[in-house]
Amino acid sequence: MEPLLEVQNLHVWYRVYGGYSKVLNGVNFLVNKGERVGLVGEAGCGKTTTMKTILRILPDQVSKIAQGKILFNGQDILQMNGNALQRIRSQGIAMIFQDPTAALNPVFTVGEQLSDVIRFSLRSIAQRKVEKKSIKQVAMQALKDVSMPDQERILGTYPIQLSGGMRQRVCISMAITTKRELLIADEPGTSLDVTIQDQILRLLHELVKQQNTSIILITHSLGVAREMTDRIYVMYAGTMVETAKADELFANPLHPYTLGLLASVPKLTGGGIAKGIPGRLPDYRNPPPGCRFSPRCPRAMPVCEFSPPPFFDVGYEHKVACYLFQESRND
Amino acid sequence: MTDILQIRKLKKYFVVGKNADGPIYLRAVDGVSVDIHEVETFGIVGESGSGKSTIAYTVMGMYKPTAGEMIFKGQNIAMEVSRRAHHLKKELQIVFQDPGSSLNPLRSIRQLLELPLRLHNVVPPNQIEEKIVELLEKVELPPDYMYKSTPSIGGGEKQMVAIARALAAGPSFIVLDEPTSALDVSVQAKIINKLLDLQQELSLTYMFITHDLSLMRNMANRVAIMYLGRICELATAKEFFEQPLHPYTRMLLSSIPTVSVEEDRMKPKKVISIGEIPSPVNIPSGCSFHLRCPESDSRCVKEDPEMVEVRLGHWVRCHQFPSTYSAGEQTMPRPNKF
Repeated sequence: MEPLLEVQNLHVWYRVYGGYSKVLNGVNFLVNKGERVGLVGEAGCGKTTTMKTILRILPDQVSKIAQGKILFNGQDILQMNGNALQRIRSQGIAMIFQDPTAALNPVFTVGEQLSDVIRFSLRSIAQRKVEKKSIKQVAMQALKDVSMPDQERILGTYPIQLSGGMRQRVCISMAITTKRELLIADEPGTSLDVTIQDQILRLLHELVKQQNTSIILITHSLGVAREMTDRIYVMYAGTMVETAKADELFANPLHPYTLGLLASVPKLTGGGIAKGIPGRLPDYRNPPPGCRFSPRCPRAMPVCEFSPPPFFDVGYEHKVACYLFQESRND
Repeated sequence: MTDILQIRKLKKYFVVGKNADGPIYLRAVDGVSVDIHEVETFGIVGESGSGKSTIAYTVMGMYKPTAGEMIFKGQNIAMEVSRRAHHLKKELQIVFQDPGSSLNPLRSIRQLLELPLRLHNVVPPNQIEEKIVELLEKVELPPDYMYKSTPSIGGGEKQMVAIARALAAGPSFIVLDEPTSALDVSVQAKIINKLLDLQQELSLTYMFITHDLSLMRNMANRVAIMYLGRICELATAKEFFEQPLHPYTRMLLSSIPTVSVEEDRMKPKKVISIGEIPSPVNIPSGCSFHLRCPESDSRCVKEDPEMVEVRLGHWVRCHQFPSTYSAGEQTMPRPNKF
């Protein structure tokens, strides 16, 4: 499989009062062409920061990309100038945000916002002129693809006139209307009810399958990741702690954090919930120098406290960033 | 089992507008009857807009019910809180969804916990400090937290403070309105386990509201599912999850994402969910669920099904399940016409 997006050793800091909040600490991950990748982690672990860095939409005033590379089709996004970035954002990568209400502009109609997306995805200005008339047709088709009824009327409505599920559908239609190579979905169903979330995820799944787009699905729900993706990355405090095929990860979770997280999820089968993970996320201004999970880890060793663990391969494309699995590297 | 709270044909309508025929009502709760037993966790699930929070707020007396009865320990509480007897206010407490907005950020935790202690004369003024330490201990927070304010502590800890505040008055009935939906799973696990321990320790009755069915399975003794202001199905948690009957329950259960193969086996056959919950201003005719129901027929469009007891303690509101027990709701006295 060909790699589409490769993030290498990414460090992103936020400027805060009295220094830097070192949020991302060496994030490595890979998305292949046509692959569905899940990114799971709790609130504040840096999932959205990573994605915003990929699109370079983090404001410069508050953030600093300290180190790292983001290769999209072999080109480093972090080295790109304005025009090239614009091309990536309009033709290469699309993002669906968590809160559709905040993602849509309340003072423009759905039609205006949707046609802007379509217009800017066209390559040349000449082409934009020629295709002006057909933009409405494309927009209607986009709404049809996300099973919105009455497309003509929806194009003339303002986001406030639509329900939460409908707004998220509009956001999805914007993301998929022109073919992109990579779609980043940042918790697309979180603010919605389970039945609506189910509809949205199924829709996304079908659309991605049709267009053979790669997708990064960010979620805090392990269940959603399991049902929707091929491969999963588990993230904790700005580092990737484990990655494996979805089935393998749930059949054979290894990292102590993954285990704690899985035990905390309430199960339909009943039988109570485990005690959770003690402690809380580290202070990013002064994070632990070694493994960032070590202060909360039930199996922490001396080595964990001063040196951050690299990924150890345990076979079956399963990698764990934990010194407990150091030996299995040579297997 | 004695009932601590009996709700009969509870209705709560909100006026949202006016037309030629009179006011337009939003029927948030539209005829709910349940009994809540002593020292149980009674769960209410439903999508947003189903009226589950409105029931909670009406029980708490934040709203005046439009019609219906609420009997708490033999006393009528179908009124707003300002008209209730003082000792009843103390018995009923609530923990809200978002501790960030339910706790005043300008007050110290000491001040937050002191207020209910003083209002309800729980302890003499010179013992208030000891009592606050004791309350903090109950929710596993160190005593020096009393000098902190809520913005300086984590989300899970905030919710623990909210729980301590609810416990301060010494209640017997606590409404938990989505207490963990704003929190991460690892924190949620801690809070839920704490709540279950406290229930045993202090013989508390919980009315637990959530949209998370998996959480409900692990928390509640009995579960009611709501749709557009009405209960569609009510059963013990075990039966509710193992033998769901109402098509809506099956739709919800089959939609939840799960993390293990064992759970997948428990889910009912995939019911493709369609549409969204209609507006409670325009409730569909007949069975309110018929627009989204994969099994609806002509009867559902016209007739509104009654709540029937299919098995002992398992109630369903659906035409597929004819009345086997004629007892129950039908024999109850009709409430005053609204």
